[in-house]
Amino acid sequence: MSSARAWFAQHELRLAWREWLAVMTAGRRGRRRAALIGLVVFAAIMHLPAYAVIGRFANLQLPPDISSLIIVAAIIFLAWTLMLSQAIESVTRAFYARADLDLIMSSPARLADVFSIRIGAIALSVTVMSLLFSTPFIDVLVIGGGFRWFAAYGVIITIGLSAAAVAVAVTILLFRIIGPRRTRLAAQIIAAIIGAGFVIALQIAAILSYGTLSRFAVLTSEAATAFAPGLDSIFWWPARAALGDKQPLAVLLAGGLVLLGGVMAMLSPRFADTARRASANAAPDRQRARATAFRSRSRQQALRRKEFVLLRRDPWLMSQSLMQLLYLVPPAVMLWRSFADSALAIVVVTPVIVMAAGQLAGGLAWLTISGEDAAELMATAPLTASRMIRAKIEVVLIAIGAIFAPFVIALLFASSVQAAVTALFVILATVSATAIQLWFRVQARRSQFRRRQTSSRLATVAEAFSSIGWAATAALALAVPSAAIMTGVTSLAILAATWRISPRRQ
Amino acid sequence: MKSNESALELRGLTKRFDRLAVDALDLTVRTGEFYALVGPNGAGKTTTLRMVAGLLQPDAGTVSVFGIDALTDSIAAKQVMAWVSDEPMIYDKLTPLEYLEFVAGLWGIDPRVAEPAAHELLVSLGLQAHLHERCEGFSKGMRQKVALAGALVHAPRLIILDEPLTGLDAVSARHVKGLLNDRVRAGCTVIMTTHILEVAERMADRIGVIAAGRLVAEGTLAELRQQNGQHDTSLEDLFIALVDVAAAA
Repeated sequence: MSSARAWFAQHELRLAWREWLAVMTAGRRGRRRAALIGLVVFAAIMHLPAYAVIGRFANLQLPPDISSLIIVAAIIFLAWTLMLSQAIESVTRAFYARADLDLIMSSPARLADVFSIRIGAIALSVTVMSLLFSTPFIDVLVIGGGFRWFAAYGVIITIGLSAAAVAVAVTILLFRIIGPRRTRLAAQIIAAIIGAGFVIALQIAAILSYGTLSRFAVLTSEAATAFAPGLDSIFWWPARAALGDKQPLAVLLAGGLVLLGGVMAMLSPRFADTARRASANAAPDRQRARATAFRSRSRQQALRRKEFVLLRRDPWLMSQSLMQLLYLVPPAVMLWRSFADSALAIVVVTPVIVMAAGQLAGGLAWLTISGEDAAELMATAPLTASRMIRAKIEVVLIAIGAIFAPFVIALLFASSVQAAVTALFVILATVSATAIQLWFRVQARRSQFRRRQTSSRLATVAEAFSSIGWAATAALALAVPSAAIMTGVTSLAILAATWRISPRRQ
Repeated sequence: MKSNESALELRGLTKRFDRLAVDALDLTVRTGEFYALVGPNGAGKTTTLRMVAGLLQPDAGTVSVFGIDALTDSIAAKQVMAWVSDEPMIYDKLTPLEYLEFVAGLWGIDPRVAEPAAHELLVSLGLQAHLHERCEGFSKGMRQKVALAGALVHAPRLIILDEPLTGLDAVSARHVKGLLNDRVRAGCTVIMTTHILEVAERMADRIGVIAAGRLVAEGTLAELRQQNGQHDTSLEDLFIALVDVAAAA
């Protein structure tokens, strides 16, 4: 039996490795070397933002004061929430998306053993991912502050183990409370909220207290120090462990392993039962729609209506969009505060809105342009491809307009110039993201939305840079107009370069 | 209802992928005819029909649909055609009625005509209890019926079906066959690929046997038997004999 376990563990690790490799190489075998070089270059470049974010903490003096502990603990908690979000995604996928559940459950293997190994594999992949992402940050700390910072790797391992354990427990709890059919969507929404929630909560607290979007303003405030537990509290053990204190590190590592082991022992049998129920309920509820009479519409109107109905009824899109819209909460709070005192800090709102519009437009454009479930119906319809594409682009523009118009209208009350600039750059970011999706369009099913980034890494990077470029240009247009020309030209150059290398042009 | 006017004329139709899939194919289907295209896997049946439907661009040759050049005036040709594949591609988040409303809108059909037609089609296919349910929970057979209803709601003159009975239970298959026969009786032309030779034998006016991208035999079942000198044989035996001869050549 132990050899069977070892064999299954090897199988799980091979699947995890190939899945990761497919993400890195977009599923093309010949790209392994390019992916490896890209990864090394990316990791090297990541040292710069890592230095900018946490370089100043490398020389933290021991014993640390309460403010330092608060900041380190908050960074660790942030990393934990992000990993928990990722782990919930992985666990949900293990329940719903793996094609091997029928095979596993019909095999004579002991299901509790099989699922213990699967939970272990999820924990391992989450931990390895945490280590990969944190390496540039820990490097910066080690280079700037010495070898004691190597202990942070131990904390990261604990984060991975505990996040995976909590993710399994949360998902199984959701199954018990709301049933398998609703768990998938609920888990995705929870993952999105957890992933962004902590950062956003800190931003909102900073805005309400200090009128700034800086998260550190809250963490370094007197109020935070006053409310924090004493220096001897176990609450600070993760921070102390990261700073090189061996005893808390050993306890945390042991705690992480015990937590994961406990979850594996207690929940593996339930995991099997849960997977069985998820598989039995693979067909979703037959939801009914209100009966309406057929209406007279032009062909374009019929297309637009179909796209709007599908967008409205798409839970995957809802959870993904929620993530992007969550980032709009802090600027919304800032806007609300600024009506009272017209703080200069309100300028920060514009790039956040522009960035969110660009990102959301990219997602919507992929769903409407590439994510076509009835591609053959569309291809055999008596309508030119250009008219179809035009209707789909109109849907993206209308949706973005409906979502972001309230923000622009609210800005009008603070500054009409800022409202105009925001509107202009929201349009530019939206048009750019839509154009990139158009140039790199592929035929895919809407359910493949999660994998859209893997189909063209270039389109994803171009989309992100274009959104960042227009957001920066919008901010500079308000603060230093002459400098905005430079970033505006750069954004246009990014678009031109993307067009030149896009498959549509070749 | 069959006339001598041709509903579909293919001349020298050619398509090459890594190998020659369709090899200078000539084919004529008359208006009001039920034509079955049979052949072994990879013979070029689906590729041929996909080129007719406008889903693939041929490398050479012509496609004429009711006299319309489908390669130069594809929109006019598509207006009178419908395509149903073996893998029903419908929208999970729409109900059957919403799907049919969308298809009717795409083809520019007056809603006063489309709405009763949609109801009638869905009811005749046994979907009356599911008119307002989203398709995401439907079985493959139900999805296939919705796709077929979508193809028929705009009253096409030429219906092209690629293995439409795959995955259907006996009752559903009978519904579909009945509906297609009704359409042929009403003057529609149907071209269908199938691996179920019994269906071709019972439903088709004429049968075309395709192998290695070429039409190796064509005619009514009686004509096919006569051509091969096997007067009492089944279509299955005829098919195997024809395909063996084509492979040997």
